Amino acid sequence: MAAVKQTVEHVASLEKYKHGFVTDIEQDFAPKGLNADIVRFISAKKDEPEWMLQWRLDAFERWLALEEPAWAKVSFPRIDYQDSYYYAAPKAKEGPKSLDEVDPDLLETYKKLGIPLKEQEVLAGVQGAPRYAVDAVFDSVSVVTTFKKELAQAGVIFCSMSEAIREHGDLVRRYLGSVVPVSDNYFACLNSAVFSDGSFVYVPPGVRCPMELSTYFRINAENSGQFERTLIVADKGAYVSYLEGCTAPMRDENQLHAAVVELVALDDAEIKYSTVQNWYPGDPETGKGGIYNFVTKRADCRGDRSKVSWTQVETGSSITWKYPSCVLRGNESSGEFYSIAITNGRQQADTGTKMIHLGANTRSRIISKGISAGKSTNTYRGLVSAHPKAKGARNFTQCDSLLIGKSCAAHTVPYIEARNGQAVFEHEATTTRLSEDQLFYAMQRGLSQEEAVQLLVNGFVKDVLQELPMEFAVEAQKLVAISLEGSVG
Amino acid sequence: MLSVQDLHASVDGKEILKGLSLEVPAGEVHAIMGPNGAGKSTLSYVLTGRQGYEVTQGSATLDGEDLLALEPNERAAKGVFLSFQYPLEIPGVPALTFIRTALNAQKKARGEPEVSAPEFLKLARAKAAELRIDFDMLKRALNVGFSGGEKKRMEILQMAMLSPRFLILDETDSGLDIDALRIVADGVNALRSPDRAMLVITHYQRLLDYIKPDRVHVLSAGRIVASGGPELALELEREGYDKYARAAA
Repeated sequence: MAAVKQTVEHVASLEKYKHGFVTDIEQDFAPKGLNADIVRFISAKKDEPEWMLQWRLDAFERWLALEEPAWAKVSFPRIDYQDSYYYAAPKAKEGPKSLDEVDPDLLETYKKLGIPLKEQEVLAGVQGAPRYAVDAVFDSVSVVTTFKKELAQAGVIFCSMSEAIREHGDLVRRYLGSVVPVSDNYFACLNSAVFSDGSFVYVPPGVRCPMELSTYFRINAENSGQFERTLIVADKGAYVSYLEGCTAPMRDENQLHAAVVELVALDDAEIKYSTVQNWYPGDPETGKGGIYNFVTKRADCRGDRSKVSWTQVETGSSITWKYPSCVLRGNESSGEFYSIAITNGRQQADTGTKMIHLGANTRSRIISKGISAGKSTNTYRGLVSAHPKAKGARNFTQCDSLLIGKSCAAHTVPYIEARNGQAVFEHEATTTRLSEDQLFYAMQRGLSQEEAVQLLVNGFVKDVLQELPMEFAVEAQKLVAISLEGSVG
Repeated sequence: MLSVQDLHASVDGKEILKGLSLEVPAGEVHAIMGPNGAGKSTLSYVLTGRQGYEVTQGSATLDGEDLLALEPNERAAKGVFLSFQYPLEIPGVPALTFIRTALNAQKKARGEPEVSAPEFLKLARAKAAELRIDFDMLKRALNVGFSGGEKKRMEILQMAMLSPRFLILDETDSGLDIDALRIVADGVNALRSPDRAMLVITHYQRLLDYIKPDRVHVLSAGRIVASGGPELALELEREGYDKYARAAA
C-alpha cells in the first residue's frame, strides 16, 4: 500500500502532465551499458532460441559500425548509449493466469492512465465490455493478454513478441527483419540487438480478425530505453486493425524510445495501424525531461492488391522522429498515411511518410496535418517515389500546417521521384496561422479562447480524425485539446 | 439597455472614437450612419471586446453592467451579438456544430442546462426554414464556399438561435441583393421585442426601409454629431455626409 500511496502523492504533485506518475514495481534490471554480454543477458532472460540470439548479436555487431544520423531537423544533446539500461521487466510470476494474479499496482496504473477505451473493463473482466483484445505492454514485457481464446478460434495469433519467438518461431523467423532489415538505420539496428518485447500478430489466409487489437505501451522504468518490436503479418485476403496508444510517466532525464514496427500484407490483405502517442513532451519552458521517440515503422505491401493504412496522432515526446512508410511492392497495392502531429512548448517533430511505388498501378494517399504552437518546430518530411516498373502509380499528398502564436515553426520537405513517365503525383500544401479574426469570431459567439482554439483545431484535423476507429477518435480529439492548452494568449 | 458615455478608443495608438455617447433603451432599434472611416466598425468591435481595440476613456454598460471589463465570450453570454460585416470561414467545423457549441457555451456560462441534440436540431430546422436556408447547408463547414448572401443569412440564423438581448448589425446589407435583403430584414424584424435592443450600422438608407429604426445617429470622426428620427436617414440619403464631416472637423 505504501507504493500506492506514494504513487497517489506523486500524481497529486503533478500539474501539467496528467499522466506523469510512477508505479513502484520491483525492477529486474540488466546492468547499465551496452555490450555483447548485455545482448546475451536479454536473450537469456527471455529464454530465446539460439537463432534469435545470433540475430541479435549480428545486429549488435552492425550497430557498432553505424553512425548516429543527423539529417533530421531536430537537435538534442548527444546520447550516451553506455549510460542506459537496456532491460527492465516487472518480476515475472510465471505469467498471470487470470486477472487476480495481476499485480494490483499494474491495474492501478491502467486506472490512472484514464484509459477510455474500455480496456480497463476488459482487463477487470467486466461483463459486456466491448470486444477489444488488449495485449498490455508494461515496461517492455507483456503482462496481460486477453481474448486469446476467441482469437485462437479464428486462427489469429496475437501475443507478445517474446512468446511468439518461443511458440511461433518459424513465423517470426520468416518475417522478422524482412521489412526493416537489421541494419536499415542506426536506431532500428540498435532495436534489433536489444529489443525487449512488443506485439506479434498473425492473421491467417482469408480471416478477418474478429476484433480491434490494441496495445498500450508505457515507459515506466527510470533510464530504461524502450525498444519495442512489433510484427504484424496479414496473410492472403486477411484483415486486421491494430491500435497503439502511449502515455508515459514524468522523468527528468531524457528517455530514448527506438521502436521498430513491421507490417507485412500479402495478396489482397489489409492492415490498418493507428497510433495515439502522448509521451511526456518535456518541460514546456526548457524542453527538459521529454521522451525521444525515434521510431522505424514500415509496411510491406508484398502481395498484389494489398492495402496498408497508417493513422497517427502525435502529440507527445520532446522529439518525434518517425516516418511510417509503405513499400508498395505488389501490383495494385495501396498505402495510406493520415497524420496529425502537434508540437507545443519546446517540442520538435520531424515526421512524415515514405510511399515507395514498386508495383504497377500502385496507389498512395498522404494527408498530413501539422500544428505548431509555443516555441516548437514541426517538420513534415515525405518521400513519394515511383520505380521504373511502377507504371500507372498514383499519389495524392496534402500537407497542411497550422501555426499558433508567433514563436513556432513549420516546415514541409517533400521529396518526389518519378522514374517512369506514367506515374501521376499530386502534391498540395498549405500553411496558415490560426487567425485572430477566426478566434474573435468564435469568442463573440460565446466560446472561451481555449474552446475556440479547440474547435478551430479540430476542424483543421478533421480529415484525419475521421480515419481513426471511433473509440480512438474521441480520445484523440480530447488529446488534441489537451496538447494545445495555454497555447494562445 | 445599452449606455455608452464619452467613449474613447484607439487602434495601434491612433484614436478612432473620440468621446462617443449613446443610449439605446430596451425595445428600440437605433441606426448608426456615417461616412467611411468614421469609426462605425470600431464601435462594434469595442462593444464586443475585440483584441487590439483599446478603450482609453469612458464607459459602456448593458443594463448597468460594465461591458468593458468582460471577455468577448462573457459579453456574448450576457446577450451581446455582433452580426459581422465579413463573416469568417471556419474550415472543418459544420455550421450546426459551431452554433451548438456556441449556444451551449453561453448556456453554461449563464448556469443554464445545455440544449439537447434533438431540441437543438428542431430549433435549427425551424429557424433555417424561416430564413430559407437549405438545412443541408448547415452540415457543411461554416461559411466555407458560401456566397456573400448565404454568409449574411447564416449570421442572422446564428442570431436567431442564440437569442441575444443586444444585437449589433454591422453593414448587414452589404453584398445582398434585394431578395436576400428582404429575407434578412424579416429575420431581424422577427427578433424585435420589448426586451431587446438593436444597433444597426449602415452606410445606406436602403436597409432602413426594411428595418425601421426608432432613432438615427450620425457618427463622424469618432463622435455622434447628430441624432434624430427616421427622417434623418432620408436627409442623409439626399444630402450626403458632407455637412456633418465638416461639423466634426
